[in-house]
Amino acid sequence: MFAYLLRRALYAIPILIGVNLLTFVLFFVVNSPDDMARMQIGVKRATPEAIERWKVERGYDKPMFFNSAASGTARVTDTIFFDKSLRMFAFDFGRADDGRDIAQEIRDRMGPSLAIALPTFVLGLLAAISFALLLVFFRATYLDFWGVVACVAMMSISSLFYIIGGQWLVSKLWSLVPISGYASGLDSARFLMLPVAISVIAGIGSSTRWYRTIFLEEISKDYVRTARAKGLSELRVLFRHVLKNAMIPILTGVVVVIPLLFMGSLLVESFFAIPGLGSYTIDAINAQDFAVVRAMVFIGSVLYIVGLILTDISYTLVDPRVRLE
Amino acid sequence: MGMGFQPVILWTDALLFLLLLACVLAALHVRDTAPLGDAWRKVGRRPTGMAAATVLSAFVLVGLLDSLHYRPRLPDVPAAAQSAAPGAAGKGGAVYSSEVLSALDALLAPLRLQTEKTYSAPFAYTLYQRETVQVPGGGQQRVYPRLVHGASHLADPGAQRSGDVALRTLSALGLAAAGWGVALLLVVWGVARADRLPWGEAASAVLRGRTVLAWRAALATLAVLLAIVSAWTMLAPHYHVFGTDKVGQDVLYLALKSVRTALVIGTITTLVMMPFAVALGIAAGYLGGWVDDAVQYVYTVLNAIPGVLLIAAAVLMMQVVIDTHPQWFDTAAQRSDARLLALCFILGITSWTGLARLLRGETLKLRELEYVQAARAFGVGTAAILRRHILPNVMHIVLIALVMDFSGLVLAEAVLSYVGIGVDPTTISFGTMINMARAELAREPMVWWSLAAAFVFMFVLVLAANLFADVVRDAFDPRRG
Repeated sequence: MFAYLLRRALYAIPILIGVNLLTFVLFFVVNSPDDMARMQIGVKRATPEAIERWKVERGYDKPMFFNSAASGTARVTDTIFFDKSLRMFAFDFGRADDGRDIAQEIRDRMGPSLAIALPTFVLGLLAAISFALLLVFFRATYLDFWGVVACVAMMSISSLFYIIGGQWLVSKLWSLVPISGYASGLDSARFLMLPVAISVIAGIGSSTRWYRTIFLEEISKDYVRTARAKGLSELRVLFRHVLKNAMIPILTGVVVVIPLLFMGSLLVESFFAIPGLGSYTIDAINAQDFAVVRAMVFIGSVLYIVGLILTDISYTLVDPRVRLE
Repeated sequence: MGMGFQPVILWTDALLFLLLLACVLAALHVRDTAPLGDAWRKVGRRPTGMAAATVLSAFVLVGLLDSLHYRPRLPDVPAAAQSAAPGAAGKGGAVYSSEVLSALDALLAPLRLQTEKTYSAPFAYTLYQRETVQVPGGGQQRVYPRLVHGASHLADPGAQRSGDVALRTLSALGLAAAGWGVALLLVVWGVARADRLPWGEAASAVLRGRTVLAWRAALATLAVLLAIVSAWTMLAPHYHVFGTDKVGQDVLYLALKSVRTALVIGTITTLVMMPFAVALGIAAGYLGGWVDDAVQYVYTVLNAIPGVLLIAAAVLMMQVVIDTHPQWFDTAAQRSDARLLALCFILGITSWTGLARLLRGETLKLRELEYVQAARAFGVGTAAILRRHILPNVMHIVLIALVMDFSGLVLAEAVLSYVGIGVDPTTISFGTMINMARAELAREPMVWWSLAAAFVFMFVLVLAANLFADVVRDAFDPRRG
């Protein structure tokens, strides 16, 4: 198992290099730093001096790949590619446009992001699986039919409307919780309840339907018939047999997103003014802070690969037939 | 004298009509291919399928009308003024407006041109805010000023409005009933001809829902659609049915214009990514070896980057390219169209991986089947096997992906535009509508109608697309009954 994990971790390296090259091409080859400077300063006010100053401030004035003016290893290290791209492997992301250290900022903002994303994830998963089991228990009845109709209707509503509607109803009309904001410690619960509830409700339609399909596929298998034939109650069949055997398809979709919870949610955090990574990303996009966007892309892909490895490990935990070799 | 307008074909227009042509060709092909015909008949037999298809056709009609673009001809101006505006002069000295309009704009001219000063509620006859006006006798007063267009045909709107609206709605319903009767006759005639039934029996079969295809569901949906559309036709020239927005534009007009953006994002994205996904997925599955490794590497890399961030990075970069090359675009419409098309490409690049993986898996299975092995044993070339034996047998996956992705893409557009990495802010879309309306929620009293209009239109479109996608998947997926 250890050898397998090591191999998977090594396999991640070429993927991260690919991600790195792709972002480098997107940010520095498709557009030259001059183009970016002109756009940031404003096409009309972009004098050659202003562009040069903008580039020097951010270290974009260096050569792309090879610095012939330097000597020794600096010929390779004193370049844009090394500075902006390769250093990310050491989680050194440089500074944002406002001068703050990006790595420090990310560490500070992970907490609030997780405070929303983790409860949303756990509650959403529990609710969706329970509803799906309920629908499967009442399959081919009116409850099942209308349940599926409700799921399809709920997944046809944009998440924007869930957030806007929830804020309006709960915070404005009923004045139950603050509209937006964040506090640290226990006080934060006041601010977190509504965003978590809204995210759970917004996601429940599509996930319930998804789990229902998985359970229905499982329930038509032979072992379920055997279980019923030996006289087990339907509830016991569902919870002891179907749920357990559906774990593999469930884990495939679920485990990979766990590490990505650190990234937070763009929409929810920005609507509720939560100082997490999601709102950090959105602010960076709006301010066109390229350094922050690059850093988030890199972190996102590292977390995704961690998620893939965790998925493999989780298979061995729920299914003894799976061995990682 | 030349034409009164100059046709303009935007990139997305060309692609939409290409897609329409492809659909027509596909329909002709389906008619000659029994198994495909059967699968589509399965779609038509389900009432949900027919009802959803009717709603979607209405949206597609709006979208296509909005894709016939032109530049209207400006009134002739003296030669001196013309030479002062180079570039605006077309052939034969005719001058065309730099504003690009569409056939839908022409149809909705009353809605487009009857703008107010600022917000007004649905069916209102005054503005939403008080304004200070000079009273004729001297002094000032804070009043709600009358709208310039909304209910302007009524002398005493406070007393006459409800009666007027009721009367117009009633006549609209009469119109709708007449239109519906014509549609019913057409369907009955079609059923009578196809099943060789006498007219009476055909009519009773249609009305009782006993036809092979679920015509009753389609007709019921059509009745609702016709009632709504004719009510709008009667009311919208005289009232702002969904109110007006901050700069006084009619919200119904904005909502109808958003339909095209949603359709473009929902269909063109899949259209541009399909060739990559099909070619790479099939090649990886059939050829194996280093091709498979390379394709898998590429899609793992693309999957590893969280979608929104990859889109954000690509959109930011594309915006730089568009902003630094203003000389590429003649009109503002062409520039925002370029951004729309680029957004489709970016969404396509980030979303082809899922389809490619499905196709690779299916091809892996197909290549071991006897008929493919037989073809190989007979010495049929790889290209011919892929084209003749593999491709037709994975097309159902492509079709299912096309219809399943549509609703997700429409929803994604709204979110992306809200985040600021979607369509150009000047492009009318559900995302930009929600974005503008959001700032107004904090107002007291609240301006709710823009959001309500965007919500209703999006919900109906996405719900219809979801229901249609489900029916298509049930009909084409061999694993489902």
